[in-house]
Amino acid sequence: MWWRKLEEKIIYLLMVISVASLVILLLAVLTSIFVKGAPYLSWEMVSQTPKGGYYFGREGGVLNAIVGSLYLSLGAILLSLAFSLPLSLAMNIHLRARPKIVNRIRFVLDILWGIPSIVYGAFGFTLMIYLGIKASLLAGIITVGIFIMPIMVRGMDEVMKNVPVSLIESAFSLGSTRMEVAFKVMVRQTIPGIATAILLAFGRGIGDVASVLFTTGYTDNVPTSLTQQTATLPLAVFFQLGSPIPEVQNRAYASALILTVIILVISIAVRFLSNKYYSNRH
Amino acid sequence: MEDTKISIQNLNLWFGKLKILNEINIEIPEKKVTVILGPSGCGKTTLMRTMNRLVDLQGNAKISGKIMLDGEDILNTKRDITLVRQKMGLLSQRPTTLPMSIFNNVAYGLRLKGIRGRKKLWPHVEKHLIEANLWDEVKDRLNDPASRLSIGQQQRLCLARGLAVSPEIILADEPTSSLDPISASVIENQFFKLKENYTIVLVTHIMRQAKRIADYVVFMYLGDVIEQAPVDEFFNNPQHKMTREYLRGAFY
Repeated sequence: MWWRKLEEKIIYLLMVISVASLVILLLAVLTSIFVKGAPYLSWEMVSQTPKGGYYFGREGGVLNAIVGSLYLSLGAILLSLAFSLPLSLAMNIHLRARPKIVNRIRFVLDILWGIPSIVYGAFGFTLMIYLGIKASLLAGIITVGIFIMPIMVRGMDEVMKNVPVSLIESAFSLGSTRMEVAFKVMVRQTIPGIATAILLAFGRGIGDVASVLFTTGYTDNVPTSLTQQTATLPLAVFFQLGSPIPEVQNRAYASALILTVIILVISIAVRFLSNKYYSNRH
Repeated sequence: MEDTKISIQNLNLWFGKLKILNEINIEIPEKKVTVILGPSGCGKTTLMRTMNRLVDLQGNAKISGKIMLDGEDILNTKRDITLVRQKMGLLSQRPTTLPMSIFNNVAYGLRLKGIRGRKKLWPHVEKHLIEANLWDEVKDRLNDPASRLSIGQQQRLCLARGLAVSPEIILADEPTSSLDPISASVIENQFFKLKENYTIVLVTHIMRQAKRIADYVVFMYLGDVIEQAPVDEFFNNPQHKMTREYLRGAFY
């Protein structure tokens, strides 16, 4: 018997170690950004656009990048959602009787998911030239929208796949059309999962540098239309970190901290909202 | 014999290369309880799912033959399949409540039929919950999520939900198999009352249940219909050797 107990203990120990290292890693990342960035975070940083001389360590902030990033990821989320939700619903309801096709779609999406974002950036750049649009918020939204779509679809697909067949069948047996099953039953049942998928895509979208490197351009102004260039937080971090001036480098950490806080706040808010919705239903 | 509601003629069904149903011929009388009896895996459930065309959702099903419902072949109908399904309420082995309130579960089917607004829905919802013998237990908590009900209550809610689309037929697939004896007998008693207005097809492997509520029994084994007869004849004077063995409990 002793070895079975030992086995149990070893597995338990491994589990504790892996959980602990994950938590430590997360805390390490967060603290390092916090320690390095927080002292340089000021109201000025989040409320002002870069003034002349900002990149030499003088006054100004990264409001342009904050607003730009939010516009960009919000636009990309909406664009991507417009395709992702119908696709994942179709995969799990309309194409229910065609599992082969659905599996092929999943395979394609998994490949798309694995493609590095710089490739999407390059593709977006080509698309821009082809369509004749300049580097702009719109071009960025299209590129990031395409880039996060597989993430969103697979996220939604994964939760919809796990909805009990009997639930779908009983909705059909009441005489629902596929559309009614999709929106009245499937979406209701999987709202928390849909929210999580959107959030996952949002996190990837707002944090990605490569896809926006060529497509959004960069400006010190807050964009006021889709056709204008825009700054984004990841690019702001990138540019500032590359500066030889220590003040500017410090601001890169402050910008990274802002980015992290945005993602954290939105994650927690969405989690909270979907939990609340979920517990009301169940 | 009584009027035939559903007439199944030479029905064959394959899943891929596997033959599940073999030359099925069944006459289902109107406003009676027809019990399809047989051991697990004999194709009872598949037969039922063919009747309301839920097998359509499984891509690899191949079907030949006819299922005539009121003189219309529903396997080859040009009519919208949702309208065919609304003629039949389905009660499955485990209750599957929709992710919404008790009220909305019953109202779901009514809304599909175009009845809108809580005021208009209310009398219908009440009527069907009474029909399913659930009203007294839930009348004060209609806005609670349906999933908070007990399993037995959930199954009656599913019955009410099915009745709300005003079907002519109730298909019940071992509806009491996950219920405690008391909830099960409540459901059985409801079937007694409901057969005044509905044609009921009940799938079960429980012989005593068949004896209690059937008017007409169909015995299936491995995709074949072995015997079909009125209930007294079936249990007292079975014609087929296999039926006699099953009734003796010789195999399960």
